[in-house]
Amino acid sequence: MLVASLGCFLLKLLGWSVPASWLERERLQRAAVLLPVPLLAGLVVVQAFAGDRELVLDARAAGLGVGAVLVLLRAPFLLVVVAAAATAALLRAVS
Amino acid sequence: MEQARRAVIRDGVGIGIAVGAYGLSFGAAAVTAGLTTTQACALSLLLFTGASQFALVGVLGTGGSAVAAVAGALLLGTRNTLYAVRLSALLPVRGPRRAVAAQLTIDESTAMATAAPEGLAATGFWVTGISVYVLWNLATLLGALGAARLGDPGVLGLDAAVPAAFLALLAPQVRDRERLAVAAAGGLVALLAVPLTPAGIPVLLAGLAVVPILVRR
Repeated sequence: MLVASLGCFLLKLLGWSVPASWLERERLQRAAVLLPVPLLAGLVVVQAFAGDRELVLDARAAGLGVGAVLVLLRAPFLLVVVAAAATAALLRAVS
Repeated sequence: MEQARRAVIRDGVGIGIAVGAYGLSFGAAAVTAGLTTTQACALSLLLFTGASQFALVGVLGTGGSAVAAVAGALLLGTRNTLYAVRLSALLPVRGPRRAVAAQLTIDESTAMATAAPEGLAATGFWVTGISVYVLWNLATLLGALGAARLGDPGVLGLDAAVPAAFLALLAPQVRDRERLAVAAAGGLVALLAVPLTPAGIPVLLAGLAVVPILVRR
């Protein structure tokens, strides 16, 4: 945890310390801007479908489905998260 | 000018409240993943980068190694470096204050600084950064305490809240077809990697989805 905290802080400080010309390196810039996209997509998949070294389909997937619909409807962040949790909780309660 | 200044301050505080509310879900997610309340709060105080924090506890929660968890958090943190480069050109900050500015360099403060009218970039940055920092940390504490009282997080579906949170973070970033393709590729890679690799690795492999975009042209 401390390593991650320090590392992320240094990444921020680094940006404040390098000359602005660094930004001109277009490819590097595109990489940094694009990187969160596949990482977040990977996190969605892993958090929803990963079991112990296997793919599982459970109440989390249903929660994610409801969350996805709300995201498409541009619902606020908290509503998306709460609705996903409520869906999974409801499914578990009735099954 | 004074009116514009007040508008920037109001927006900055508003963003702090909105983002702070989402700190509730981080606190809850961290405790759900097995962290203590103290650890959850330490992450919000020290790491202070929402997506990296979620990634760290997400990987730890699914049984991933510490190395994989840290690597994922750092990769997601690289965009802050880029933000900082842009900010340092926009507002001159020297000496020890630079370290404070660095810690407050996140999506929201950067967006407000760059979107603020001429001459108000510094106001946008500091107001947004500080209000998000304070409220994010308060909310983390409340969320962690709430989840710690709960016992089994599955009953409330908190484990399903985490992927939905990532999806909600991802959605505003997918603005064009190229990004949609990269997101889809990343998701597919992670899906294929789950049965084949230890926990934490699938997310890192998903990051490789940017490579084809970078080598093409």
